[in-house]
Amino acid sequence: MSKLTLGIVLGGILGLLDGLSTFFVPEAADMMVQIIVGSTLKGLVTGVIIGYFAVKRKALWTGIFLGLGVGLFLSYLAALMPDPSGQHHYFEIMLPGGILGAVVGFATQKFGRQSAGTANA
Amino acid sequence: MSPLNDGVLNHLLRVIDEPDLSSTKYRMHERLASGGMGTIYLAYDAELERPAAVKVLHVPDPSGELEARLIREARIMARLEHPGIVPIHEVGRLACGRVFCAMKYVRGQPLDRYVRDVPDLQTRLRLFLKICETMAFAHDQGIIHRDLKPANIMVGPFGEVLVMDWGLAKSLGTTAGSESAAGSPMAGDDQLTQGGVVAGTPAFMAPEQADGRAQAVDVRADVYGLGGVLYFLLTGKAPGTKDREHPDGQYAPVIRPRFRDSEIPKALDAVCMKALATLPEHRYANGNALAEEISDYLDGRPLQAYRPPLWSRAAAWCSRNKVLLALLGAYLLMRFLLIFLRKS
Repeated sequence: MSKLTLGIVLGGILGLLDGLSTFFVPEAADMMVQIIVGSTLKGLVTGVIIGYFAVKRKALWTGIFLGLGVGLFLSYLAALMPDPSGQHHYFEIMLPGGILGAVVGFATQKFGRQSAGTANA
Repeated sequence: MSPLNDGVLNHLLRVIDEPDLSSTKYRMHERLASGGMGTIYLAYDAELERPAAVKVLHVPDPSGELEARLIREARIMARLEHPGIVPIHEVGRLACGRVFCAMKYVRGQPLDRYVRDVPDLQTRLRLFLKICETMAFAHDQGIIHRDLKPANIMVGPFGEVLVMDWGLAKSLGTTAGSESAAGSPMAGDDQLTQGGVVAGTPAFMAPEQADGRAQAVDVRADVYGLGGVLYFLLTGKAPGTKDREHPDGQYAPVIRPRFRDSEIPKALDAVCMKALATLPEHRYANGNALAEEISDYLDGRPLQAYRPPLWSRAAAWCSRNKVLLALLGAYLLMRFLLIFLRKS
């Protein structure tokens, strides 16, 4: 599996699982579908960006921190939308989003097939 | 008149044998080593002002067989341009008719002497990896060495590894990037390697080579030789004995490295025994496959030759992926805390 594909697949799966964790939060039942779809899309976008970076550059820690940054940023955009009561949940959305971005960053750097001649050591 | 003693006779023989290099650009310095085919001298290249090793046939060779062998060896070495193979400077003929071959003078020690001062297994394996990579290159060029042993491997002062003595090397025919068999430097190879003729070092020789089955000898005979070198690096001993055959005609089995030293890791024991398998089809396919196996061992990755227990594989995977586990652990902990805090 190429690094880009790995990033997309892993980002999508982790995003979906992260979204499914909403089942443990009964208050969010009304927004379940939006959260799961949004979280999956966020994971896919993160995977594309981080996977593309991993194809272009081989740098483990840069990949992890870029993943963290992209995850935090996209989660921040998601957290800008308030819940029905008008509250924002920055902490609950951004923290897992950031960590999952870092996981995708690590995985795409460490695993996946590197296209010949695209990465500098 | 007193009779000549052995010492004087040996000295006289050596002086008589010493070639006259005056017709070449080389100036004789000292005798380095002698083998079955010729003697290697340390000489000085007066034109380029550098030392060189000059291999000269013992005597003029009326049959031309030894000449052909030396020229073939030089052509093989010239064809194999690799940091692990000694570069050839030139081949020529002395005024006395003896053929010589000049090559780079390698400062260093043979592997068997060098490793006495290297107790660290990782360092030994990294040296071995370089040897495998050199042989992988030769195999890729369609050349097999057929006499791999620690004494034929030199280690330079900076840890560089050079595979020496390609006198028994054989071309396996046309390969990608090589010349056609008819026009190749190794044309006539079959005449020099006849079935039933055994050449090499018995203690490191593949069974099919020791049996004189020249047609059965391929890159896997070198894999056996590499296995022998690995065996030596692990145990300090050769895998076989000089007299390999039992009276009943069966080969004496190779004693497992771990039977000699129980500290040797099981995985390396398995890799070594796979390389030293009696049947060629049970060995690694070529030097590259063995190099990859050693590289995987050094990186803690799974091996072809050894499948450790599940818990051991899981521990190795966790050890290789600490950062990933830490990140996943942090995520799960954070998720648990968020849910727990919300409920409380």
